[in-house]
Amino acid sequence: MFGYYLELALRSLKRSKALTALMVLAVAMGIGACMTTLTVLHVVSGDPIPAKSHKLFTPQVEPRDKDNGFYSKGEPPEQVSWRDGMALLKAHRADRQALMTGGMAPVQPANASQDPFFVHARYTTADFFAMFDVPLKYGHGWSATEDERRERIAVISSSLNEKLFHGEDSTGRTVRFNGADLRVVGVAEPWRPHPHFYDLNSGNYAESEDVYMPLGTARDIHGPRAGSRDCWGVGANVEESTLETSNCTWLQLWVEIDDPARVADYKAFLIHYSEDQLAAGSFHMPANVRLRNVVEWLDFQKVVPSDVHLQVWLALGFFVVCLVNTVGLMLAKFMRRSSEVGVRRALGASRRAVFAQLVTEAGIVGLAGGVAGLLLALFGLWMVRQQPDQYASLAHLDMSMLAGTFGMAIGATVVAGLLPAWRACQITPALQLKSQ
Amino acid sequence: MNLQIKPILSALRQHKAGTILIALQIALTLAIVCNALFIVHQRVERANRQTGMDESNVITVQNRYVGKPDTFIPLVQTDVAALRNIPGVDAAYVTNAYPLRRGGWSTGIQIDPTKTKDSLPSALYFVDEQALKTLGVKLIAGRNFTPSEVVNLPAQSTPAPAQVIITKAIADKLFPKGDALGKTLYYAKNKPSTVIGIVEKLTVPWVEYDHMDNVTLMPIRFDSGYQHFIVRTKPGQQDAVFKAIPPALYKVSRMRVLPEKYGVRTFDTVRANAYEADHGMAILMTVVCAVLLAITAAGIVGLSSFWVGQRRKQIGVRRALGARRSDILSYFMTENFLIALGGVIVGTILALGLSQWMLKYFEMPRVSPTYVGVGVILLLVLGQAAVFAPALRASKVSPVEATRSV
Repeated sequence: MFGYYLELALRSLKRSKALTALMVLAVAMGIGACMTTLTVLHVVSGDPIPAKSHKLFTPQVEPRDKDNGFYSKGEPPEQVSWRDGMALLKAHRADRQALMTGGMAPVQPANASQDPFFVHARYTTADFFAMFDVPLKYGHGWSATEDERRERIAVISSSLNEKLFHGEDSTGRTVRFNGADLRVVGVAEPWRPHPHFYDLNSGNYAESEDVYMPLGTARDIHGPRAGSRDCWGVGANVEESTLETSNCTWLQLWVEIDDPARVADYKAFLIHYSEDQLAAGSFHMPANVRLRNVVEWLDFQKVVPSDVHLQVWLALGFFVVCLVNTVGLMLAKFMRRSSEVGVRRALGASRRAVFAQLVTEAGIVGLAGGVAGLLLALFGLWMVRQQPDQYASLAHLDMSMLAGTFGMAIGATVVAGLLPAWRACQITPALQLKSQ
Repeated sequence: MNLQIKPILSALRQHKAGTILIALQIALTLAIVCNALFIVHQRVERANRQTGMDESNVITVQNRYVGKPDTFIPLVQTDVAALRNIPGVDAAYVTNAYPLRRGGWSTGIQIDPTKTKDSLPSALYFVDEQALKTLGVKLIAGRNFTPSEVVNLPAQSTPAPAQVIITKAIADKLFPKGDALGKTLYYAKNKPSTVIGIVEKLTVPWVEYDHMDNVTLMPIRFDSGYQHFIVRTKPGQQDAVFKAIPPALYKVSRMRVLPEKYGVRTFDTVRANAYEADHGMAILMTVVCAVLLAITAAGIVGLSSFWVGQRRKQIGVRRALGARRSDILSYFMTENFLIALGGVIVGTILALGLSQWMLKYFEMPRVSPTYVGVGVILLLVLGQAAVFAPALRASKVSPVEATRSV
């Protein structure tokens, strides 16, 4: 029966080509716009580390004095100072913990004919790789002992490995970073969590770093920092070389807590720590701590650009207009065929059969609109990738979005076809036949 | 005309579904189009904001030195001298930031030396005596820096020179009586800076900032491996100087990186880069509006054609009874006008509601009534234009039609 409906539908669609084309085009435009913007939203609001986003937390404490605490409206600073960071790191209260900051410095290739170039770096402690599940192609990360000894070692990205060592296993070789020789102990596979959750100072959708090295080593070789620094208190001149002892927050601290039951314990520990510091005179304000997981952190930082939300709403509105338009056109089309419906009804076709046939017709329009919409979405995403935004290069259609396109196109047009089809079914056969 | 309204309304009652659909489509289109066009207007206005500079004939250079000398200052000074020697260069200086750079420094200004609270935020530009000429900003009071006032600042220390030039915006906010010149400001605790000059306008390096016009110029040579050179060329020499800059700098030393994308840029490019996202959004919104209007027009043509086709017989009867062609034409035009009118009334309410919602969730200003008004007229005209062809076809129905198929 369905085959017969299909044939009737195609025949009828062919009869009024312009109207059919208009309906398909309207559906396609709506679908194309929605899919493009939804894909972008999907990309920018994605979970950067799905397996662990609820186990990774960034502890915040309030070490500032009253004058400066004033600025952040009751929120503790987003980064930690060296003193607090090291104390919390060494307390080992979580399953894993890493203290880190971003950097940027020139790499000088051994081959003198190659010009030096700048790379982004991450100065971090040992647990970084295990905690963030960084995949390693060659070699391994480093241990807390190597952190402690401030060894001149580094893990490099696969793209830097490609550039310097033609993609070979470069463990044991040397990278000249900011004038210091670092021994490569590992090479990471391509890895780019987006958003760049562990340090949003680098840009919300920044690419991953090319060089990772122990935090202590970076301090020893005066690795230039790239990030923000927030200082307070009296003692105006803060030198970069004495950041360890200064009243500045400039480090990111991340901890992994595998057992949800222990999250509250960790928070209690932070409060306890703050109270101890207050009693010792290092802190100046009552304990004020935060322990946000990755999802809460991204939410708090309002990472998803509001323009992206705006575009999604615009596209949805656009799609609704396209659908209303399609309902109108389908109504016109079905009502024009009143006489045909009348004859079929008089010859014994049930209301249900007529209804099913008309809805099939609507579904075909939806399918065609979906295919055309998909092409438009691919074009739209290509346009997005030409944009300068950091997230632009991430805008690609994935399987779930592809399936979504068709589901949405067909579902929406079938719903759009229901009213016109129902109206067409209400036709009294006798009346139509009489007027012939 | 007015005689026809009653029969039209009763005829429309027979086509409730179609009438409601067209009106709904017009309403939604109006709501989206006038809000979208209002956003376009805002974005374009934003992208055209003045920086206070004379932006023509200005070139910016982003430069990173490679290597770790004890101090970068001699390198920087050699480079600035090399740039000033390029034929066609009018003035040049080195800085940490400039308008639309989208990155720079800011700090709080205090009048009271002992406080750090409640300070006025200001962006900091490190400059020398050629900066005002290079940027083309207007000094409205006081004097420029002298070469001897320019001091070296070690990396990562707090800038607080003895003399500063501030923008009028800062002067007005801190000294509403207009006596800012010669007053003392504190950019760091217990380090006084005297206001020696006031410039009319200069904007901060960011495109999104609460105090766009709060800028302080400081006579400072900053000891850093990351510098920006600003060059003003003589009129008509911009292209030649643009090409001459990289070779001139590389001739001084190859131990530097001028990034491919943001290395050497004319100020036109700087502006375009800064507002790229706004331009993209404006274009997107405009295209969406155009397509929406086209689809709505096509929908009206489709439904009206159907109604004309359905009513050929009635039209024939009316023509046979003496109605003129113009009567038929005006019947369909009026019908569309009434539907569109209903649509725009609902649409205006929707548009204002949508604007209210965007105000709440996107912190956007309320849509201006002009835009709603323009949208209403646009859609009424669009409806009339779209219905014209089907209506004309209807008017050509011959009176003979009435006798057929009966």
